[in-house]
Amino acid sequence: MAHLSEAAVVKINEICDRYISEPTPLMMILSDIQKEYGYIPLEVQELVSERTGISVAEIYGVVTFYSFFSLKPKGKYVIGCCLGTACYVKGAQQIIDKFSDILGIKPGETTEDGLFTIDALRCIGACGIAPAVSINGTVYPKMTVDSVPKIIDEYKANGGAQ
Amino acid sequence: MAKVNIKIEGIPYEVEEGLTILEAAKICGYEIPSLCAFNHGECSRGSCRVCLVEATGARGLVASCVYPVAEGMEITISSPKATAARRTSVELLLSNHNVNCQQCEKNDYCELLHVAKITGAREGMFQGEKTPATVDMLTPSIKRDTSKCILCGRCIERCKNAHGLSVLGFEKRGFKTYVSPAENRSFANSPCILCGQCVSVCPTGALLEVSEIDKVDAAMKAGKYVVVQTAPAVRAALGEVFGLPIGTAVTGKMVAALRRLGFKKVFDTNFGADLTIMEEANELLDRITNGGVLPMITSCSPGWINYCEYYYGDLIPHLSSCKSPHEMFGAILKSYYCEKHGINPEDMFVVSVMPCTAKKYEKERPQLVTNGLKDVDAVLTTRELGKLIKRSGINFNKLPDEEFDMDIVGDYTGAGVIFGATGGVMEAALRTAVYKLSGEELKHVEFKEVRGLEGIKEATYNVAGKEIKVAVAHGMKNAKVLLDQIREGKSEYQFIEIMGCPGGCVSGGGQPYVKPCFLPNEDIDILDTYRQKRADALYREDEGRALRESHKNPQIIQLYDEYLGKPNSHKAHELLHTSYAPKERFKD
Repeated sequence: MAHLSEAAVVKINEICDRYISEPTPLMMILSDIQKEYGYIPLEVQELVSERTGISVAEIYGVVTFYSFFSLKPKGKYVIGCCLGTACYVKGAQQIIDKFSDILGIKPGETTEDGLFTIDALRCIGACGIAPAVSINGTVYPKMTVDSVPKIIDEYKANGGAQ
Repeated sequence: MAKVNIKIEGIPYEVEEGLTILEAAKICGYEIPSLCAFNHGECSRGSCRVCLVEATGARGLVASCVYPVAEGMEITISSPKATAARRTSVELLLSNHNVNCQQCEKNDYCELLHVAKITGAREGMFQGEKTPATVDMLTPSIKRDTSKCILCGRCIERCKNAHGLSVLGFEKRGFKTYVSPAENRSFANSPCILCGQCVSVCPTGALLEVSEIDKVDAAMKAGKYVVVQTAPAVRAALGEVFGLPIGTAVTGKMVAALRRLGFKKVFDTNFGADLTIMEEANELLDRITNGGVLPMITSCSPGWINYCEYYYGDLIPHLSSCKSPHEMFGAILKSYYCEKHGINPEDMFVVSVMPCTAKKYEKERPQLVTNGLKDVDAVLTTRELGKLIKRSGINFNKLPDEEFDMDIVGDYTGAGVIFGATGGVMEAALRTAVYKLSGEELKHVEFKEVRGLEGIKEATYNVAGKEIKVAVAHGMKNAKVLLDQIREGKSEYQFIEIMGCPGGCVSGGGQPYVKPCFLPNEDIDILDTYRQKRADALYREDEGRALRESHKNPQIIQLYDEYLGKPNSHKAHELLHTSYAPKERFKD
């Protein structure tokens, strides 16, 4: 646990203590850590394990089971491409492939500049506007392959400016 | 417990409420083919779908290992629908399995192969992609091959139940799921204590001990002076490999077999156990009289030592500095014995047959090298010895009973024999410590308070006006309770025995597999009773020994007189004691 700062240790222990008396606190703890830091590396899992008594293997299993949790830091912009049934039949695979092509990363990966992460999502409940893409909570309805470059450029401009 | 009326195959039965269909059927004399299910739900519960049956009141087929019986339920095991479904489940499992059964080291005890046979699974019914596999062979103890894993979860649950650890877990999901330590690491870079309990419950060849049969072959071929020693627990279980009932002691036949396998000398680790008691009892008395660190904790179990180094590094001063019995014995063989017989220690190759996978790791510890030579060169599990005997053409059950070599380090007492059961080391130590402390002969050598399978046992003895409080724990889940007391400064004990495996060495991770589907003649509760049955075999041998206290072993007395001086002497420390160091849990 050498890599964690003292402040992070305090914060993570505090998050654990919020839910420690719950019958099954793990999901809530991990959810808060994911929101706080954007990812849950092994060092953090060890800390959670020590605090809760849940084994590291079990925590790691939960983190790798749910796509909401991440082992590595995510990019500034997380491009969530829905690959649910409705989006898929409307061509979502081509959309996600286009994002991958332009950014040079596979789904689940982050660009080297830390700006973008592509996530392949299961149904996000926006079937009426399929194929749907959600970037940091902003939903892009009825996406087309041609609109992908423009969206990326917009975020690049924003990201660069900040 | 309330009863319910059910029918199986149209025949009425009355069974206890709350049982699963699988359990109820077993009691009524049926054997529903099943795979992932293990004792008392020690598994992922219902994941393999092999035990499907028809049951009234249920929608479709049900997994009998998780479905409870209910009043009036009619269960059909043999219908075409159920038999076809079970066969399909097995065929699907086989479609994602590395089917090299002929070469698989587990094939004699493979439960997947067993259900494939009894369900009549057909070849190549489903073909397609296979889950990417990991093979971990980095530890000297346990290897993991996920190409043979059926995701039953038994290993995960056993690790949790025995040790409160679950070093293994399910990772990822769906078709990509595999069972591994966090980050799909090797056991070598994870806080695994290498006890092998996971190996003992794995239904397939996914988890196995790392075999050292080749090493022994090579030493024999190279003309080394190859000697063998066997741990007490081995004699209580080896017979099972040859179809003998659980709890049969096969000491004489085991010795006869080892002699026929070409070992120059066949020794009993019990001599080492007696020696351990001499050192450990004296270390304890020294700590009690001179204000040393108490409670002192035994150090015979390498699984426990690993646990202490990984999880309780701060309590290392509490560990006895004694090497484990087979390591002590190895050191004595390569010094005293070689000197006495004019053998060059470099030519000697010491093989230990152990009920344990962690012993394979232990012998590689850098602290267990004396005068540049490893104390022990190879460790075979009881199972590996069984294989060695089988391949050599020896008809084990027809062998005569023979005696261990009595050559200067061959004699042993009953105290050494009981090391194999939980509480045994404590009892053996008490026999000597109480004698030394009181200076009087013991009226009763049996200390029954520390026997049995209760998780934590404790006892208080008044010896020569001193009160001695002791505790015994087996399985790290139980040990943790005692260790936390020490950490909090609340421990009242002077001496604690800890064994890694539940039940102690008799049910160690290297012992013959106890799998009910291959043991049709054992009772249906054998998974609950085998530990005690094996332990009883050891206590019977102890009762039958003329000498039952380590300090009365004439060859031990001679060893001290002629070579070591007295217990805890400088020479004894050089040869018989060791050290420990905290270990990082997740090494990069």
